[in-house]
Amino acid sequence: MIKRAVLIAVAAVPALALTSLPVAAQEGEIALLHAGTDIRDVQSLQRGARNFMNYCSGCHSLTYLRYNRMAADLHLSDKELAELMLTSDNPFDGIRSSMPPADAAQWFGKQPPDLSLTARNRGVDYIYSFLKGFYVDSTRMWGVNNLYLPNAAMPGILVERQGLQKPVFKNESDTNGGAHMTLVGVEQMSPGALSPQEYDVLVRDITNFLDYASEPIKAKRESLGVFVLLYVLVGFVLAYLLKKEYWKDVH
Amino acid sequence: MAAAPESGDDTKGLMGWIDRRFPLTVLWKTQVAEYYAPKNFNFWYYFGSLAMLVLVNQLVTGIFLTMNYKPSSAEAFASVEYIMRDVNWGWLIRYLHSTGASAFFIVVYLHMFRSLLYGSYRKPRELLWIFGCLLFLGLMAEGFLGYVLPWGNMSYWGAQVIVSLFGSLPGIGGALVDWIRGDYVIADATLNRFFALHVAALPLALVFLMIAHLMALHEVGSNNPDGIEIKKHKDSRGIPLDGIPFHPYYTVKDLMGVMFFLLLFFAVIFFAPAFGGLFLEAPNFEPANPLQTPPHIAPVWYFTPFYAMLRAVPSFAGTQVWGVLVMGASVMILFFLPWLDRSPVASIRYRGPVYKSMLGVFVLAFITLGVCGLRPPSGIYPLLAKVCTALYFAFFLLMPWYTRFDRVKPVPERVT
Repeated sequence: MIKRAVLIAVAAVPALALTSLPVAAQEGEIALLHAGTDIRDVQSLQRGARNFMNYCSGCHSLTYLRYNRMAADLHLSDKELAELMLTSDNPFDGIRSSMPPADAAQWFGKQPPDLSLTARNRGVDYIYSFLKGFYVDSTRMWGVNNLYLPNAAMPGILVERQGLQKPVFKNESDTNGGAHMTLVGVEQMSPGALSPQEYDVLVRDITNFLDYASEPIKAKRESLGVFVLLYVLVGFVLAYLLKKEYWKDVH
Repeated sequence: MAAAPESGDDTKGLMGWIDRRFPLTVLWKTQVAEYYAPKNFNFWYYFGSLAMLVLVNQLVTGIFLTMNYKPSSAEAFASVEYIMRDVNWGWLIRYLHSTGASAFFIVVYLHMFRSLLYGSYRKPRELLWIFGCLLFLGLMAEGFLGYVLPWGNMSYWGAQVIVSLFGSLPGIGGALVDWIRGDYVIADATLNRFFALHVAALPLALVFLMIAHLMALHEVGSNNPDGIEIKKHKDSRGIPLDGIPFHPYYTVKDLMGVMFFLLLFFAVIFFAPAFGGLFLEAPNFEPANPLQTPPHIAPVWYFTPFYAMLRAVPSFAGTQVWGVLVMGASVMILFFLPWLDRSPVASIRYRGPVYKSMLGVFVLAFITLGVCGLRPPSGIYPLLAKVCTALYFAFFLLMPWYTRFDRVKPVPERVT
């Protein structure tokens, strides 16, 4: 009976595990690219921080990440940190965008979001895909649209690096028999300042940095966890031996 | 001076001084060192002590969280990030608390399932079971209120959905919802009162109920996997022949259980605190936004079976209230379990094939409902939820009938 009950419990585990998977790409939705980032790669994080300050921080803030925390975690010297800050910034403050929010809302139609927690909110694959998903669309205000965020308000900041991409459509017929075109992907139209491989590295570094920014303690948490588990494992073995000793006389 | 008759036998020194003024030794003996528990507890008997451990974890980490959390709609979200990033070990305290909430429900669901396996709710343990059901109800309220506090977008919209359920009650609905929220929308006033209830009212109620639960347990004595009373066979000193003192036997055994539990608990905390979006949901890493709903609103996993039952009931006669009533009934029906079970035997070991099948179906239906509640109501899920809601209630409502006619095996005199 107990075995059966345990079996039921064990059978329940995969059912629960299934539900924890992110909702799979729905029909008509484009599957995300795999970011392949690693928050333990400090050099990648340093490049990502530099790229973020160059390309992103003009519009996007990282309110919950302080400059000095970033410098400590990414092993940046005072001089290196100073290069990433505006003279008006205080190292104890969160990373601000240099654009006044009211102006930003007027220029782009909405205020560019703070990116402190985007990696935890949308996932690293989303950020990576988004940064690779801009394509030419003359109907949009900035001349570009995004494969992964249709009608994105953001201009193609990195287009000059990546080069232009054009949309790829597929002809489909809907349930009523009418033909229509579905956007299925993008392809390179003209080369940018970087090769595709170099661009991937640029985007991956920014994504990695945003993953770090979303939870600065993550790398330490995981390395600490190994020791905590070993410690508790020793505790478990001791408790098991203690229990065995006491229970010798119970029959 | 006449010695108190119930004092610790002949304690001296400080203990003697205390025992003449407070029954410390007596309490220790009657409740722990000379509380005789059946010697045949198995795997399923770890979850009571684990529930107590998690309760203490929630109380202690909760106290430290309140030291930096700000219960205001303008500051709540940022104060949680402040705890996660700037408070020393704040991230650990917060993950202990957020993972602890899910662990609490896992442990309590398994603890309740144990009662279904071995008939632990049956006479003379009805009140013990009812206190337990009240604890479960209080825990659900505590979990819901706490879930709103981080003021993420899922917190906000989850609160919106759940609070508006009360609006479907005829007549008083609208006024009741305004009274709960303290405003015409989920707002600062709502967050403030939810905080008050979460950190003061409900923890107090949970602690008192836990004490009542333990007092009732120690009054009637623990059930066991054979579902028979060990008090029927006592030795000349009045000690149950199949009983062993809770201390040291079960204190060391539970310590082992605690260590095993902590292995899993810390594995989640240090390596997967969000647990794939089940323990901390992705939309909650975005501040509450009254103008934008998350792509798909679902309650946190431990409520999804009940949420699925709510959604499974269609509106009828122009009102949605039926789903709300069914969801309420799905919890309330637990209270009546001791009187629904008419079987001559308590433990599943001696029950017949019908009860075993019904219990298996019940467990599968409950888990399936949990999955349905997490998913958008499309495709196969609405039908699945309807079928499983029917099966959930069938387990309880048909129980008086199938337990009476089910074949049973002979019950042994002594525990096996």
